[in-house]
Amino acid sequence: MDELFVRVHVDESEKEHIAHPNLTAFQEGWLRLKKNKAAVASLFTLIAIGLLALLAPVFSAYSYKETNYDIIYQVPSITHLFGTDQFGRDLWVRTWMGTRISLLIAFVAAFLDLTVGVVYGAVSALIGGKVDAVMQRFIEILVGIPHLIIVILLMMIMPAGIWTIVVALSITGWVNMARLVRAEILKLKNQEFVLAARVLGTSTSMIIWKHLIPNTVGVIVINAMFTIPSAIFTEAFLSFIGIGMQEPKASLGVLINNGYQVLRNFPHVLIFPAIVIVLIMVCFSILGDGLRDALDPRMRK
Amino acid sequence: MMSAEKKPLLEVKHLKKYFPVGKNQTLKAVRDISLNLYKGETLGLVGESGCGKSTFGRTVIQLYEPTEGTIIYEGREINNSLSKAERHEFTRKMQMIFQDPYASLNPRMKVMDIIAEGMDAHGVYKGQERKKKVIELLETVGLSEEHANRFPHEFSGGQRQRVGIARALAVDPEFIICDEPISALDVSIQAQVINLLKELQKKRDLTYLFIAHDLSMVKHISDRIGVMYLGSMVELTDSETLFDDPVHPYTQALLSAIPIPDPDVEKSRNRIMLEGSLPDPIRLSEGCLFAGRCPYAEDLCRKNTPEMKEVRPGHFAACHKAK
Amino acid sequence: MSRLLEVNQLRVQIETQHGTVQAVRGISFHLDEQETLAIVGESGSGKSISVKSIMGLLPKNGKIVEGSILLEGKDLAKYSERQMQSVRGSDISMIFQDPMTSLNPTMIIGKQIVEVLKEHRRDMTKAQMKERALELISLVGISNPEARFDQYPHQLSGGMRQRVVIAVALACDPRILIADEPTTALDVTIQAQILDLMRDLQKKIKTSIIIITHNLGVVANIADRVAVMYGGQLVETADVRDLFYETAHPYTKGLLASIPKASDKGSDLTAIPGTPPDLMEPPKGCPFAARCTKTMEVCRQYPPKDMLCRGTHRARCWLLDERAKALRE
Repeated sequence: MDELFVRVHVDESEKEHIAHPNLTAFQEGWLRLKKNKAAVASLFTLIAIGLLALLAPVFSAYSYKETNYDIIYQVPSITHLFGTDQFGRDLWVRTWMGTRISLLIAFVAAFLDLTVGVVYGAVSALIGGKVDAVMQRFIEILVGIPHLIIVILLMMIMPAGIWTIVVALSITGWVNMARLVRAEILKLKNQEFVLAARVLGTSTSMIIWKHLIPNTVGVIVINAMFTIPSAIFTEAFLSFIGIGMQEPKASLGVLINNGYQVLRNFPHVLIFPAIVIVLIMVCFSILGDGLRDALDPRMRK
Repeated sequence: MMSAEKKPLLEVKHLKKYFPVGKNQTLKAVRDISLNLYKGETLGLVGESGCGKSTFGRTVIQLYEPTEGTIIYEGREINNSLSKAERHEFTRKMQMIFQDPYASLNPRMKVMDIIAEGMDAHGVYKGQERKKKVIELLETVGLSEEHANRFPHEFSGGQRQRVGIARALAVDPEFIICDEPISALDVSIQAQVINLLKELQKKRDLTYLFIAHDLSMVKHISDRIGVMYLGSMVELTDSETLFDDPVHPYTQALLSAIPIPDPDVEKSRNRIMLEGSLPDPIRLSEGCLFAGRCPYAEDLCRKNTPEMKEVRPGHFAACHKAK
Repeated sequence: MSRLLEVNQLRVQIETQHGTVQAVRGISFHLDEQETLAIVGESGSGKSISVKSIMGLLPKNGKIVEGSILLEGKDLAKYSERQMQSVRGSDISMIFQDPMTSLNPTMIIGKQIVEVLKEHRRDMTKAQMKERALELISLVGISNPEARFDQYPHQLSGGMRQRVVIAVALACDPRILIADEPTTALDVTIQAQILDLMRDLQKKIKTSIIIITHNLGVVANIADRVAVMYGGQLVETADVRDLFYETAHPYTKGLLASIPKASDKGSDLTAIPGTPPDLMEPPKGCPFAARCTKTMEVCRQYPPKDMLCRGTHRARCWLLDERAKALRE
């Protein structure tokens, strides 16, 4: 063992060596997300629902509006997987058509969030001063009017249908995102790395592009995940109370309304669309939660 | 070291920076500070939290608009006479190193791009040359090529701080404001950073404004030291004199409060204990700002604000009783 | 003096998404009655985690995997959360770095002290509690306790707040006061006041103190004994004078050398090069081997044993081995 007691030279680079694997923040976020089993399951459920909504109506022998009075209110069977409704329409196809509507609403809501909400919030925070004050007061006015009143008033001037719902969503759907992005950018604006960029002479557009936007992406993604289920719910709710989608078009809200009327005798009419909408909403929420835990920089140590 | 005949690199004259707080109140973060900095020297700026030393640094480098006063660099006024392009060009001369090694690097950027930010902003070095220059800078601060493609969160505090230094060096500045660059670092790492800063100063003929609250480190690195209290400069002299023969009672108290890492000395020391704590900086009374805590205060101190005066050649203090 | 607290072979692991961090890797130390032990080390050395395990305040992904924490013979490592609650605040108290976050901003300070008494002193009446609170407020050097009793934390300065935090911690006459960087967030002039207060209080109420700090000046000021941590291990424990004047471990020597002295002026500081080890994959030999100026082959291969230097002075370093005698200089 004595030969171990000799002076050795330690390589300089060893002193500064970083053992940690080289990962970007998003790779690391993905690793975290993968550990969250519920979030991964939700992600796959959503993908499956998306695929079914896209493909099921295409590969089915029936169309969503094809009526057949010989087979009304049939229970689920091999020919009609989810059974049929009061006009003998195939509920399997109608459910997935309805899901399409819900997902379309989801994407519209997310798109509005990402465009109007992000830009509004960012502009408000970056310009600041009086412009910021006016923009914030405007948001407060929007928030002050109950959502339902706006929608009902809209229905008086526009025909019921998906585009009316989209317009209704676009009036207030982006407000939360605008507020969050504004708060985040206000916080980032005074961070030392942004000050350093200013000291180095980096132009304002580069500061926005390289420093502010990449550091708000996490907040934006997460908030979009939470906006989606509430938008889907709004659509379903409006359709359920009869001011959304109109027959024969199907949306999950319309289907649930139909099923609700015959709940005692034919529960299957209600159950399947209800399961799908619950799955979509729960999965988006769980996924949003998982993403927040995975991407939140404060959690990363 | 510093000589009277030399022209100052930076002259700050009657600099004031006020912030509005709440209704009709102002926080006078920097109240009338004047000083000169000479080429190649290090001026330390010390004081307790909230004394305005960081605000002073940030105002000098134009992150804040001064409320009043002028900043003159190489004989040219820089705080309101520069055009946009001149101002952009000027950022290459004056740079800054920040306090918090965790907040001062963008977590979403690779070290390579962080260091190259200044080169990108000024359009110098591109492609292969840019990469070569970054690696050169990494080596200057004791890191290596393997670190260039990593993200800041993988680095330790000391390594991050060195990345911050490399970023500032990338534009070949002449003058660097070090805003508490070692306060957030561990003791063993502080010395690394201080050594690096001194070595760079020698090699590149840099001038530093070194802001800190750790007096022993400031003493080590500075040629002259200014002591700030509640937005005003209370004493300014070369670092030996400041430690051996401080004239302002606040400086005396501050020096006696530093714990000395030597148990025999430390346990037999007599401290000047200051009564109370900092007054509310928004509501300050007339007269010497230190009068409320000063053991020697008399009526004159409570009525009149003392001016900075030269008590000995090169030794300035703002105290009625200093001789 | 008798043993109050004894920590034996304590090992603490923290689970992160990348793997397990060996935050504390088998440390043993003890605390006598009425003594002040300083634990020194840089961030990530495991000093905070060690005392948090004594307090039962480990984060929920942290776990004591081995070792015992004996408080007068009772093993706290085996206590349930419920049992720990009765220990915390009464037998052992803790004060934290930031006085603002350790006080409840919506509660007057008198009430914050009374709350602790309510928890642990069921025998006291309301009037007695108030009296005790006032007594504590003046004990920590705050004048006019009656007026201060009804003030909120934001009405006090940083130094005052830390005094209140100390008063809260001392409410039930704890045997041990653990102070985690109690002066780091404070200015030097206030730091001096708080250190003075802690020394004063120790004499008055005869408590033992464990103070965690990275400031060797603070150690010299207040400590009787010092434990130096590096890479999750205790590398040196000694009486304060031995540690400063008979330093044994190269890391401690490096720390002391990196503080600027008058004679250093104009020359370079003696820095410790490099970066502390990653405790996710701790080195198999000595944790300091990569940064040490006297590294031997053995240091990289085998972890050094705990060796006795003189009296109670212990260090973990292969240089203290007989076989390394020739290489010590």
